[in-house]
Amino acid sequence: MSAFKVEIRVMPRASLLDPQGQAVQHALHALGFEGVAAVRAGKHLVVELQAASREEAAARARAMCDRLLANPVTEDYLVAVESA
Amino acid sequence: MRRVAVVVFPGSNCDADTLDAARAAGSDAYYVWHRDTDLRQADAVILPGGFSYGDYLRSGAIARFSAVMQAVAAHARAGGAVLGICNGFQILCEAGLLPGALMRNARLKFLSRPVRVRVEATDTPFTRAYERGDELTLPIAHGDGRYVADSETAALLEAGGQVVWRYSGDNPNGSTNDIAGVCSAGRNVVGIMPHPERRNARVLGGEDGARVFFSLEARNATQHAGDMRAVDGRHLRV
Repeated sequence: MSAFKVEIRVMPRASLLDPQGQAVQHALHALGFEGVAAVRAGKHLVVELQAASREEAAARARAMCDRLLANPVTEDYLVAVESA
Repeated sequence: MRRVAVVVFPGSNCDADTLDAARAAGSDAYYVWHRDTDLRQADAVILPGGFSYGDYLRSGAIARFSAVMQAVAAHARAGGAVLGICNGFQILCEAGLLPGALMRNARLKFLSRPVRVRVEATDTPFTRAYERGDELTLPIAHGDGRYVADSETAALLEAGGQVVWRYSGDNPNGSTNDIAGVCSAGRNVVGIMPHPERRNARVLGGEDGARVFFSLEARNATQHAGDMRAVDGRHLRV
């Protein structure tokens, strides 16, 4: 078993209204940052776990996303495994 | 008299109001702690409002894995009546017992005020004492109240008459099709964002929510729904 650090990005599905991202975009505009076409706000989770291989670490992280970390109705996720 | 289990999660804060509202309607209501696995022969289960587990990760996402939720799911599968109010609605969606999800209000603000809702379906255990088209004033108190479902699911809900309540006039949170509450395809699992338990007596500003709880008692009653006033006086007892 080795230690892995898994970085998980959970984002609101592109087809859904993301009012947090819109509010941030408006704030950037108000601060004078021009040319900001869109902002979307999501979550970043860092999970440290023990697994036999990189593949197993990724598979377990995906299972975590499917069961708890992401809502399949409203969110998409991306899993990236690093050796700890 | 129906047995009504009110589930208490860490962070529930409408449990006492919900228990009182069910008792005022004549039910034998009692609390069930989230670690319990026995619903004690409940006829109906109510998941109350609040902020279970601090709304961490997503509203209802952690509560849905509480021990009691397996019993609630089994009760629902067997056709038993389940009502989720506000946070309870969020938990039922997260648990997959109701379709869709509740997301952050479109204008981001936490909203705590009365809204107008219309009763769209009366063939559920919690609306049978209403008439279709009844306009109600009920309080909302939510930050994550925007009901969303993909277009296919929303079309199925509309076609199946599963939209139980709809915001009338102003839609406070930007929900799909002005939806305020839905039921399962089997019609026994029901979720609502507004709080009927906070509007069940004149002293609370109105009684528009009382019939949600009277509906349970009316389940096997032969009387017409319009005769509810006779029972209605009960919750004025002090």
